[in-house]
Amino acid sequence: MSFQRTFAIVLRQFYLIRGSLSRVFPIFAWIAVDMILWGFLTRYLNTIASPGFNFVPALLGAVLLWDFFIRIMQGITMAFLEDVWSRNFLNIFAAPLLLSEYVGGLILSSIATSLVGLGVMIVIATTCFKLSFFVYGLAVLPFLFVLFLFGIALGIFGSALVLRFGPASEWFIWPLPALISPFAGVLYPVSTLPHWMQFVSRFLPPSYVFEGLRAIVSGGTASGMGLAGGGCLAAGYILLAYVFFTKVYKNALRTGLIARYSAENLG
Amino acid sequence: MLSIKGLRKVYGDTVAVEDISFEVRTDEIVGLLGPNGAGKTTTLNMVLGVLEPDAGTIQIEGLDIAKSRSQAIARTNFAAAYTPLPGNLTVSENLRVFGLLYEVKNLSMRIDELLKQFDLEVFRNKKCGVLSSGEQTRVSLAKAMLNDPHLLLLDEPTASLDPAIAREIRTGIRQFAKKGTSGVLWTSHNMYEVEAICDRVLFLSHGKILLEGDPKRLPAEHGKKTLEELFIAVAREPLTLGMG
Repeated sequence: MSFQRTFAIVLRQFYLIRGSLSRVFPIFAWIAVDMILWGFLTRYLNTIASPGFNFVPALLGAVLLWDFFIRIMQGITMAFLEDVWSRNFLNIFAAPLLLSEYVGGLILSSIATSLVGLGVMIVIATTCFKLSFFVYGLAVLPFLFVLFLFGIALGIFGSALVLRFGPASEWFIWPLPALISPFAGVLYPVSTLPHWMQFVSRFLPPSYVFEGLRAIVSGGTASGMGLAGGGCLAAGYILLAYVFFTKVYKNALRTGLIARYSAENLG
Repeated sequence: MLSIKGLRKVYGDTVAVEDISFEVRTDEIVGLLGPNGAGKTTTLNMVLGVLEPDAGTIQIEGLDIAKSRSQAIARTNFAAAYTPLPGNLTVSENLRVFGLLYEVKNLSMRIDELLKQFDLEVFRNKKCGVLSSGEQTRVSLAKAMLNDPHLLLLDEPTASLDPAIAREIRTGIRQFAKKGTSGVLWTSHNMYEVEAICDRVLFLSHGKILLEGDPKRLPAEHGKKTLEELFIAVAREPLTLGMG
């Protein structure tokens, strides 16, 4: 592994973001809107619900964590799509770059942009809507960590799908978080779901995070075993996603897809 | 420098490259010629490691690309008329990113040298996408020289350049090859250029090497006046030139 080559991918992303307002804006704009929307909703719910229950840490905190997960995933796919849009695969993959260095660069780029987004969300949620992270205690760290890992896994998986099916298939990856969210129990307990959906949610690391978050807000404690299980599951998904990406890449080398990527999927 | 043995690539029912073997030695500029679809770009892509051969071996300075791709490619670079650098980065940003990918030492100094060499200083902070095709080709060539490659692959490098710039580029590449540390594999459809610059040419037709030799002597050896006439004969009537 060469740190220099990994850094090249990060630097490329930095140059692109630095030189383009249309790339800077999405890093924080939509999640800021989300914070404001859900902030006011939770404030309203607090006025009509029975006194004693605070919706801010339950709902606004959950939305903040979910948006963080989406930012991580999209940070990877966006960095990957830059190579798709600029038809840069031949230049990139004809360099001595290893696949692990390339994926590492995508992940580091995503961490940088997601931390900016997380910072903006925290500022809005704490200053405007009095969300206090002290409510969650130290559990907020494993919450973020599990979502971070799963975001990476989904980002790599989404990128592999685009590599496999061609540039137009980027529309496969944008709805992925929305498809997962009903099963993950972001805004409601998993027990609300029918049995088959509960079964699916067991395989989704975010469900352990949001169950833990609700347990804390209700005065209990997050399940350490649950979070550890969610973390292991997410780490396993990263491994599977990377294996999938490698398989797709090797297939692309065999079929000539890398060299002629702009010509759409060649099978 | 480059050693290719028994290289073969098949797409479905189409044989793109069939059992070709050749070498590119240090100091040498080898022209890979042939009509469209002859297998030139497929061959270059296999040498670059972005296309997996179905059979055969490729060695760059003794390193097998199938086993040590990254190390072998680190000594190589390429420029192709159809592969411009990303248009959304400036010239210097692109050179810096690719310089890091090729782990170039003293990168800032090297970028300055290349900007001067390829007359690109004035475009240093311009996005590559707004440059003319000729200027973009010069940026690609500068990128190809970043790591001072031991093997340089050029796919129609002067296709979009005006004659004056094309001549300068040819002279530069000729000097580069004569430094004594590098070999060049060059594809072009400009037979006058090939005759002027290449030490040896390989004619590809239907994925096979049909002819090989000195571009100045080869036409006469096959009863043609010019290399262009020979090219047309290879493209139209490969069987009459001994392909079986």
